[in-house]
Amino acid sequence: MSTYAQKKGFGATLWDYLTTVDHKKIAILYLIAGGFFFLLGGLEALFIRIQLAVPNNDFVSAGFYNEILTMHGTTMIFLAAMPLVFAFMNAVMPLQIGARDVAFPFLNSLGFWLFFFGGVFLNLSWFLGGAPDAGWTSYASLSLTSTTHGIDFYALGLQISGMGTLIGGINFLVTIINMRAPGMTYMRMPMFTWATFVTSALILFAFPPLTVGLFLLIFDRMFGSNFFNVANGGNTIIWEHLFWIFGHPEVYILILPAFGIFSEIFAIFSRKRLFGYSSMVFATILIGFLGFMVWAHHMFTTGLGPIANAIFAVATMAIAVPTGIKIFNWLFTMWGGSIKFSTPMLWAVAFIPSFVAGGVTGVMLATAAADYQYHDTYFVVAHFHYVIVGGVVFALFAGAHLYWPKMFGTMLNETLGKITFWLFLIGFHLTFFIQHFLGLMGMPRRIFTFLPGQGLETGNLVSSIGAALMGVAVLVLLVNVVTTTVKNEKVGNDPWGDGRTLEWAIASPPPFYNFKQLPLVRGLDAYWLEKMEGKKGMTPAEPIGDIHMPNNSFIPFVLVLGLFIAAFGTMYHAETSWGLPVLILGMAVTLGAMFVRSIKDDHGFHIHKEDLIDDDKDKGVKA
Amino acid sequence: MQAEERFTYETWPAEPEKATLEAKNKFLGFWFFLGGETVLFATLFATYLALKDKVPSADHALAKDLFEIPLAFAATMLLLTSSLTSVYAMYHMKNFQFKKMQLWLGLTVALGAAFLGLEIYEFNHYVHQFGHTFTSSAFGSAFYTLVGFHGGHVAFGLLWITTLMIRNSKRGLNLYNAPKFYVASLYWHFIDVVWVFIFTVVYLMGMVG
Repeated sequence: MSTYAQKKGFGATLWDYLTTVDHKKIAILYLIAGGFFFLLGGLEALFIRIQLAVPNNDFVSAGFYNEILTMHGTTMIFLAAMPLVFAFMNAVMPLQIGARDVAFPFLNSLGFWLFFFGGVFLNLSWFLGGAPDAGWTSYASLSLTSTTHGIDFYALGLQISGMGTLIGGINFLVTIINMRAPGMTYMRMPMFTWATFVTSALILFAFPPLTVGLFLLIFDRMFGSNFFNVANGGNTIIWEHLFWIFGHPEVYILILPAFGIFSEIFAIFSRKRLFGYSSMVFATILIGFLGFMVWAHHMFTTGLGPIANAIFAVATMAIAVPTGIKIFNWLFTMWGGSIKFSTPMLWAVAFIPSFVAGGVTGVMLATAAADYQYHDTYFVVAHFHYVIVGGVVFALFAGAHLYWPKMFGTMLNETLGKITFWLFLIGFHLTFFIQHFLGLMGMPRRIFTFLPGQGLETGNLVSSIGAALMGVAVLVLLVNVVTTTVKNEKVGNDPWGDGRTLEWAIASPPPFYNFKQLPLVRGLDAYWLEKMEGKKGMTPAEPIGDIHMPNNSFIPFVLVLGLFIAAFGTMYHAETSWGLPVLILGMAVTLGAMFVRSIKDDHGFHIHKEDLIDDDKDKGVKA
Repeated sequence: MQAEERFTYETWPAEPEKATLEAKNKFLGFWFFLGGETVLFATLFATYLALKDKVPSADHALAKDLFEIPLAFAATMLLLTSSLTSVYAMYHMKNFQFKKMQLWLGLTVALGAAFLGLEIYEFNHYVHQFGHTFTSSAFGSAFYTLVGFHGGHVAFGLLWITTLMIRNSKRGLNLYNAPKFYVASLYWHFIDVVWVFIFTVVYLMGMVG
C-alpha cells in the first residue's frame, strides 16, 4: 500500500499538499498561507501610515480607510498571527514530545483548510462590493448599519476560520496528553509544548463565545433577528461582552506560544537550562487562567459601573505578576550563560524591553479611572502594538529563523537575518513609541486624517518612516527566504549546535514518520542530557517495528469547500434567488463529505520494519 | 490489524472504547469537544437570559404567556428516557451483544425523533398562535436560537446514530467502530444534559416570570 516516490512533478506535489495529513507539511501550509496574509496585513498597515504621514492627506478616502484599518487588524490577528503560531506548533510540538504525528491527522488537515478558506472568503470582500469597515472588533451598533456586504464577509469568514482553530486546539490537547514518548512526563515537557498545551485549552474555551457572537451577527444581518437591534428589544452590549470574552483570551492565545518560543531560544543560545522551569509552567497556567477574568477592561467606558470596573482592573493588574515571573526567569537564564547572539537570540533579547514597555502601558490602561483618558486614543494603539508586535511578531521572526532548518532542512542566512532584525527593531520603536505621545496629546485611533497645527504632524511622520523601515525589513527577510531556498544547502540534525529538545535529535526535515524508534526521555532537555553524556542521539525506548501511519485524504478540502460555497449562499440569500439553493448545495457538500468520512473505513497503513531499516528511503512520501 | 480483529464475547476487552490509541484519542478529544460545546451553550443561555421578555411593544407574548408545562414535560421525559436507552445500548456494546445494542440504539433514535417532532409542533404553535417568531423581537431571536441550536444538535445526533447503525449493521462490533458508538452516545447524553438546563432556565423559570 505504501509506495515511496522520489522525484515528483508539480501536479503530484500539489495533490500531495491538498491531501496531506502530515503535521510537518500542514505546518508548511500554515507558514505559507499565514505568511501571505501577513504580507497582506503589512501592506494594509503601510497604506494606513501613508495616509497618516501628513495632515489632510487624501491618499485614500475616509470610507476606504475604514476598510483598510479593519482588514489590517482582522487579517493580522486571525489570518497571520494565529496561523503562523499554528505553523510552529504543528512543526515542532509533536517532535518535542516524541510523537509520530498529532492525535487527529485528518482533523489537522481539516483545521488548516477551514482557516485558509475562511481567510480567502474574508479577503474576497475587496473584490465583491467592499471590505468590512467596522474595525476588527466590529461593534454591533456600527456593524449593523454598515451598508455593504463587508461585515457579512467578516462574520462568515471568521466563523469558518474559527472552527479550524477550535479543531486545532482540541487536536493539540489530545496529542500532548496521549502521545508523549516514554519518560516524557508533564514536567519534562519543553516550554513550547507547555505553551501549546495551555494555549490550546484557551482556544477550546475562548472560541465558542466568538462562534456564538458571530452567529448572532450573521442572524441579525442576514436572517432578520434582533439580538443587537435595540428598537426590537436587542442589546448591543452583548456583542461587546461576547467579543471580548473571546478577544482577551485571544491575546494570550497569541502571546503564550511566543513566550514558549522565546523560552526555547533563551535556553538554547545561553547554553543553559531554562531558569525556574517549574515556575515558568506555573506562570503559563496562571496567565491562561487569569486571561479569562479580565475581558471587561476593554469596556471600562461602556458604563458597567465602578464595582465591575474595579474588579476587572485589579484582575488585569494581577496578570503582571506571572508575566513578571517569566521576564525574570528569562533574564536569569541568560545570567552566567554562554550567550551566542544568533538571529533568534537577538529577537529574544530585544523582546524583553519591548514587551515590558507594552506591559507597563498595559498596567496604566488597566487603571480604570485613568483609562477614560486613554480610551480609543493612539495610546491604546501604541500599547497593543508593543505587546503584539514586540511580543508575538518578534517571536514569529525568531521562530522562523530558529525552526527554518527543522522545517526545510536549510539555514536562513544569518547576516541577512541580523539586517532584518535591526531594521525591524528600529522601525518598530520608531513607529509605535511616538504613538504613546500622540495618544496622550489626544489623537483618537481609527481617524482617517488629522488637521495641521495641532502638534500631531511630526509624530505621525516619524511613525510613518518607522513603518517603512519595517516594510524594508520584511523585504530583506523575503530575499533571505528566496536565496536560502535556491541555494538549498542541507544541514544536519542539530544545526544550531546547542539543541536541547527532541526535535533536534532527528533529521532536518524529519522523515514523515518522525521517529524510527520512539525515544526514551530521561529528563528535561532530553537531547541535551544525552549529549552531555557523550551520546550521539537518543536511546530508543522500543525495538524497530512496524509504524502505523494515517492515509492522506481529500475529504477535508471538499468539506470546507462546501462551507465556502454555503457562505456565499448565506450572504446573498436575501437579495437573490440563487442564494438559498447555493446555501443548501454548500451544506449538502459538507454533510456529504462528513457522511463519506463516517461510512468509509480509514485504517491507515503500516510502514514495515524492513523498509525502515533501509534508511535511504526515509525522505520519500507516501503516494 | 488490531482495529479490524474479529472478537468473541470472551476476547472482547473491558473498555472497547479506549482499547486502541486511536480510540483513546477519540475518547479524550470528544470530551474536550463537549467542553467547548458547554461554553457554546453557556453563551447562548447568557444571551437568552439577557434578552428574555425583551420585546418592542406590550402586545408581544412573553415567556409566561407562551410556555406550558405539559408539553415541555413530555419533551423532557422523551429525551431523558432516550438517554437511558442509550445507556443500555452502551451496556450491550461493552458486553459484545451487537443485536441488543442496535435494538436499544433504535429505541434511542425513535425517542429522539419523537422529541424533535414535539419541538417542531411547539415552534409551529408559538408562531401561529402567538406571532412569536425568530424576527418578531429580541426575545424571539434568543429563544429560537437557544432552543433551536439544541434541536439542531438533536437532529444531527439522530442522523449520526442512524448512519452508524446502518453502516455497521452487517459487520457487528470491532475495535474500530466501538469507540464511534461510544462517542455518539456521549454526545447524546450531552444534549440531554443541555435540555435539562433548557427545561429549567427557559420553561420553569419562564413560567414563574
